[in-house]
Amino acid sequence: MPRFTSRRQVFSMVAAVLFFALPAQAQTTIRLGLVSALSGQNAKSGEAIVRGLSLALDEINAQGGLLGKKVELVTRDDESNPAKGVVAARELVQREHVVAFFGGVDTPVSLAIVPFANQAKVPFIGVWAAGTAITKNGAAENYVFRVSAVDDLVDVALVDYAVKKYGARKPGMILINNAWGESNEAGLKSALAAKKIPYSAIEKFETEDVDVVPQLTRLKNAGTDVLFMVANVAPSSQVVKSLDRMGWNVPIVSHWGPAGGRFSELAGPSAPKVHFIETYSFSGKLSPKGAVVLAALKKKYPAIVSMADVTPAVGIANAYDAMHLTALAIAKAGSTEGPKIRAAFYKIDSYDGLIKTYKTPFTPTNQDALSSSDYIFTYFKDGEILPLTN
Amino acid sequence: MLLISAIISGLSLGSMYGLIALGFHVTYVVSNTVNFSQGSAMMLGAVLGYIFSVTLGWPLPIAAILALALCGLFGLAVERILVRPFAERNSNAWLMATVAGGIVLDNIILFTFGKEPRNFPSALAVKPVQLFGAGVYVLQLVIPVVGLAVALLLQAAFHHTRTGKSLLAVVQNRDAARLMGIDVRRAIAGSFALSTALAGLAGLLIAPLFSVQSDMGTLFGIKAFAVAILGGMNSAWGVVLAGLAYGAFEALVTAYFGSTYTQIAAFSIVILALAIMPNGLLGRRAVNKV
Repeated sequence: MPRFTSRRQVFSMVAAVLFFALPAQAQTTIRLGLVSALSGQNAKSGEAIVRGLSLALDEINAQGGLLGKKVELVTRDDESNPAKGVVAARELVQREHVVAFFGGVDTPVSLAIVPFANQAKVPFIGVWAAGTAITKNGAAENYVFRVSAVDDLVDVALVDYAVKKYGARKPGMILINNAWGESNEAGLKSALAAKKIPYSAIEKFETEDVDVVPQLTRLKNAGTDVLFMVANVAPSSQVVKSLDRMGWNVPIVSHWGPAGGRFSELAGPSAPKVHFIETYSFSGKLSPKGAVVLAALKKKYPAIVSMADVTPAVGIANAYDAMHLTALAIAKAGSTEGPKIRAAFYKIDSYDGLIKTYKTPFTPTNQDALSSSDYIFTYFKDGEILPLTN
Repeated sequence: MLLISAIISGLSLGSMYGLIALGFHVTYVVSNTVNFSQGSAMMLGAVLGYIFSVTLGWPLPIAAILALALCGLFGLAVERILVRPFAERNSNAWLMATVAGGIVLDNIILFTFGKEPRNFPSALAVKPVQLFGAGVYVLQLVIPVVGLAVALLLQAAFHHTRTGKSLLAVVQNRDAARLMGIDVRRAIAGSFALSTALAGLAGLLIAPLFSVQSDMGTLFGIKAFAVAILGGMNSAWGVVLAGLAYGAFEALVTAYFGSTYTQIAAFSIVILALAIMPNGLLGRRAVNKV
């Protein structure tokens, strides 16, 4: 009597075949991940990061990929929420089997992911979030690298600028009430102390605050002559709008929060008053490499029509260089194992990048590739970020 | 100067809470159900107002009326799909269903309208006027006036027009109302449409002071519900007054202590007030006839 295969047996055979076939398929490409805010007020920043990473990825694949395989990018939206960011990081490492992953816009999210990256021994490369403790996290084996600004260094640059440009003698701070605000509170305090400049007051506010007039009034009454601002696009816009309502015309020296979105539109006509820090700009005098990258960008993304669409340049530039540096590390390591890639990061000796020419960008005591000499000051004009010429 | 600015700001935000809370009140007095997607309806009003007046460039009055009409339609949809199937079977699942409905709407708007906050310009929020030494936008003064006017109109409509009285009759005794020829289902549907339109109006009013984005309604919805409970769910005046009081309290706490503790202080006051007056400021004890 012939034995007929039951439906159940067929199902389990198919399932078994698929189960074993799928991981095999994953081995034919090298996967790199990205956890970033891709929606909400920082959506434009996330978009810039994806573009920068993708552009560099195309170049790497055009030259044969890495370790003989094509490289692909897997993205996840953390919605600026630390818990969702950690879940996304886990998913990328454990289910998508990424070899390394890039970190996004928000400091609180990156800070939450850092312990997981170190524990999983998978390199985590920051391309925007500037919280000092992200790379300076005290881990014995630190898997967190960064091609971006560092709050401690940014704060020194902000204080220098306020003194040089506005002759600040009693600056005040208006800071967002989260880990990023705290990181900068510490940095600004120590930068001011180093220059022996007293501060007038420190005020905090929340992302959903419609009205920042109370805090700003207290700052004004304390004798503030220059205002340091640290907040993302939407809350920064509320500060500018509140200042307009109060009729207080105080110079504003800011971290790069406004760069993350449509600041000109949200803050209104006073937007150009805010001077903020960047690591790169496609406007102004462009290097040859910058011109090449800009042309490639416009070609790959026809939606880019004016310079205002290339904003924020920081996301594109940081991500572009970070992707190339990571690729260099993987190539040097000759393997996809986390510890080997980490060791290879330290062995990168020189790389001609978009933001600058990197010489030994990473060492075990300093895993930040950019320093304060790479910062520039910019402002928003009609939706475009332009460098300020001092 | 700080005090004046804080109070004006608090009154305008408080009127927002009051308008949204009026929506809670309206559906509660007519059908003993509450639409927990009110916050999302508020967002819908702002988003639609933006699309019609900014993206499509239509004149503001037309854009506003159209936006409010569509918000009302949303309310009808909520009542028909998320509330009626459960309420008519004496189930409380409409609680979760309306919460879910709000989340679904937020996400639909997220994917269609866009992922970033946008600016809603208003002629009333361009140049500030000086009032007792504080700079305020004309819009901030207009908002509480609108809120109070709406509450007055509603109160008058409920007690002095036929439609209003029939709406009140429905909650007093549903079967008797039906016997008297009142279309109960239409009354309840109408109350939902009215409640979401009120929320949409709040969204349209606050948008120029803030920004338009898909998740702007969540916090407002929660606070408005607290305000509705505080004011007594069955009193329109109570709800509006509670909204104004809550907004003013929030603003004063922020003015003197900063915004970090505002949420804790405000919600603690709500709990305290309810502990002292369990039916809300102007509410009446619900009588259960057996």
